[in-house]
Amino acid sequence: MGLPTEVLEVIWLSLQVTTTAVFIGALIGIPAGALLGLYSFPGRRLAVTIVYTLMGLPPVLIGVIVYLLLSKYGPLGSLELLFTPEAMVIAQVVLVSPILAGLTLSAVQAKERTYSETAKSLGATPSQLVWTIVKESRKGIWAGVAAAYGRAISEVGAVMLVGGNIEHHTRVMTTAIILETRMGHYETGLYLGLVLLLISFVFNSFLMMGVLEQINAKRRKM
Amino acid sequence: MKHVSRTSFFLILAAILLLAGCSTATPAPASAPAPETPAASEAKPSTDSQNKEIVLATTTSTQDSGLLDAILPAFESKTGIKVKVVAVGTGQAIKLGEDGNADVLLVHSRPAEDQFVEQGFGVDAYDVMYNQFYIVGPESDPAGVKNAKTAEEALQKIAEKQATFISRGDDSGTDKKEKSIWKNAGITPSGSWYLSSGQGMGDTLQMADEKNAYTLTDEATFLSRKLGLAVLMQGDKALLNPYGIIKVKSTGKPELADELISFFVGEEGQKMIGEFGKDKYGKGLFVPDAKKR
Amino acid sequence: MPQLHLKHLHVAIEKKSILTIEQMSLACGKIYGIVGPSGSGKSTLLRVVNLLQKPLTGTMNYWGEEVDLASLSHAKALAIQRQMAFVAQQPVMFHTSVFDNVAMGLRYRKLDRKTIRERVSEALQLVDLADRIHQQAATLSGGEAQRVALARAIVLNPRLLLLDEPTASLDPANVSIFEQVIKGIHQQRGTTIMIVTHNLPQAKRLADHCLFVHKGRIVESADTSTFFDQPQSQELADFISGRMIY
Repeated sequence: MGLPTEVLEVIWLSLQVTTTAVFIGALIGIPAGALLGLYSFPGRRLAVTIVYTLMGLPPVLIGVIVYLLLSKYGPLGSLELLFTPEAMVIAQVVLVSPILAGLTLSAVQAKERTYSETAKSLGATPSQLVWTIVKESRKGIWAGVAAAYGRAISEVGAVMLVGGNIEHHTRVMTTAIILETRMGHYETGLYLGLVLLLISFVFNSFLMMGVLEQINAKRRKM
Repeated sequence: MKHVSRTSFFLILAAILLLAGCSTATPAPASAPAPETPAASEAKPSTDSQNKEIVLATTTSTQDSGLLDAILPAFESKTGIKVKVVAVGTGQAIKLGEDGNADVLLVHSRPAEDQFVEQGFGVDAYDVMYNQFYIVGPESDPAGVKNAKTAEEALQKIAEKQATFISRGDDSGTDKKEKSIWKNAGITPSGSWYLSSGQGMGDTLQMADEKNAYTLTDEATFLSRKLGLAVLMQGDKALLNPYGIIKVKSTGKPELADELISFFVGEEGQKMIGEFGKDKYGKGLFVPDAKKR
Repeated sequence: MPQLHLKHLHVAIEKKSILTIEQMSLACGKIYGIVGPSGSGKSTLLRVVNLLQKPLTGTMNYWGEEVDLASLSHAKALAIQRQMAFVAQQPVMFHTSVFDNVAMGLRYRKLDRKTIRERVSEALQLVDLADRIHQQAATLSGGEAQRVALARAIVLNPRLLLLDEPTASLDPANVSIFEQVIKGIHQQRGTTIMIVTHNLPQAKRLADHCLFVHKGRIVESADTSTFFDQPQSQELADFISGRMIY
């Protein structure tokens, strides 16, 4: 370690894995959260409780479960995904999907009461209604995406287990920090930690800017 | 490549700017231990000796194998000293000693240990015991390691065949041992067949099993895991793994540290080390050979 | 032939009776003022007609189409809902531009972009907010927002326009603009309008016909001049004179 290109490689993989995972997680979590927040059906309360429980799932437990699934002797062993970046993406998808679903759920529920009757009386079909409320809740949903991203990129237990921290292959920032610390290179660990912090900061700033931009762009047209 | 390193330069610059704020506040733990430590040790002793607690920094192998669990209770009940075990890689264990965060080290990397003593961080170094390293791998042995006569030759065969080899790559004693064998074999391992796991021995073995790969492992950890890997090379002199125990010079509890060390190198401790694992594996995992260095 | 006819309507929430109407008929092209004390069931009546609230029993004949309000399919409800429009007391603005707010109902109906643009700017002109078309709706004042809500309703060209105390929280200037727009729409398009209000002068100014709702029942129904000049029931007389305490 210590070579800048190696550091860069680790950062790049972290970004790739987490961005992919959050993207896939958003495709699963946001629609699921919106449906749970806006539709009533039998078993809905149980489903909501399950989502909220899964939000607090310990990452290490996710790691163990994904590990056992992908292991050579496990049910999905034939896919040979263990110790690959794909395995880390899978674990992080499991981690972030409930977070995105749960935060989307509470975001749309906060807007539901006020806006759904208005949309209904304007003649919205059920699917148009969902889409309108989701758009109206976009700030809360973006906050959920930011939270999920931060949680995923800073997670270490699951990616260590299923990724294996293999140099040039599955070593990401958090597992690199663990390794550097174990080798007694506290400064390098701290340095990587600060880069991680910087990335979180930049990412959240972009999100905030994106939200503000949306408002400003329309104002400027006046 | 040039572009990459330039971007990375800026990234590092950014990080250093961030660091600048912190580093002044954090006392640099790496440098200048000698003048700082006496003050630190003077502050501690009264409360610590009452508590009768001591920190043993050791490698994961001694804990993962179960050795410490087997022998430390005897020491604790005999002396009333509670041993707090921090099981980490040899690199970190030595660092813990340098920073004064441990009282005794039990590690296995002779060059690093000698350096630790030479630099004035440690005193009273003893050989305690040794165990063996194995080169393990898939039963099918695609590289033909079984037919090799020495550890170096075994690694040469693996490199020739480009069979997957998993290195711990964590600067641990085992990792250092592996690197020294590669060096003696005249090979600089690189390429997609040579993976660096950056994890402990148990995890690395697990990975080797999953990936049908070769790896270098200590005997104790290997025997304590039930895996589909076979021992393909053992007994070579290069594969012996001596453990040393060292008192950290800056310790605030030199008497307690001495008691722990004399237990390890003394008759009772040595006997227990020799017996350890016999009931479970049919042979002892560690060979006691205490002597003052 | 009445254009809106309600029969055997009974609304209850948690076993508490809210509104009971044996029979109610509205003719096409008139403005109906619905007055009564707070909590009498006026707003509930509007919500039931707009199919936002399900009664225990009741049938509605809407421009010739007879439906059972207690068991209405989504598709049928939507088809009827799309022929009316609703303005609530507090304007609910979506966090987007004024244009998008007014266009929302038209987009739900999948009209083409050009038609939407034309109709939205026409509606905004009617409420005198054409210059605010690109402003964020959240930055409008209360009175402006209510006028946008009105534009959002009339842009749909509804047969029936439901107004639930639409000017209760507006300043006099906005009230006057609002009433002019309603009158204009009514004259130009012949829209049938139901306006719930407890502002009696407003009912006098706007309505052709008034209904007095009290304790969940329609106590009196008459054309506006008769309604105010010769109230038949004691309750209405008390209400008009301000003697009724509620």
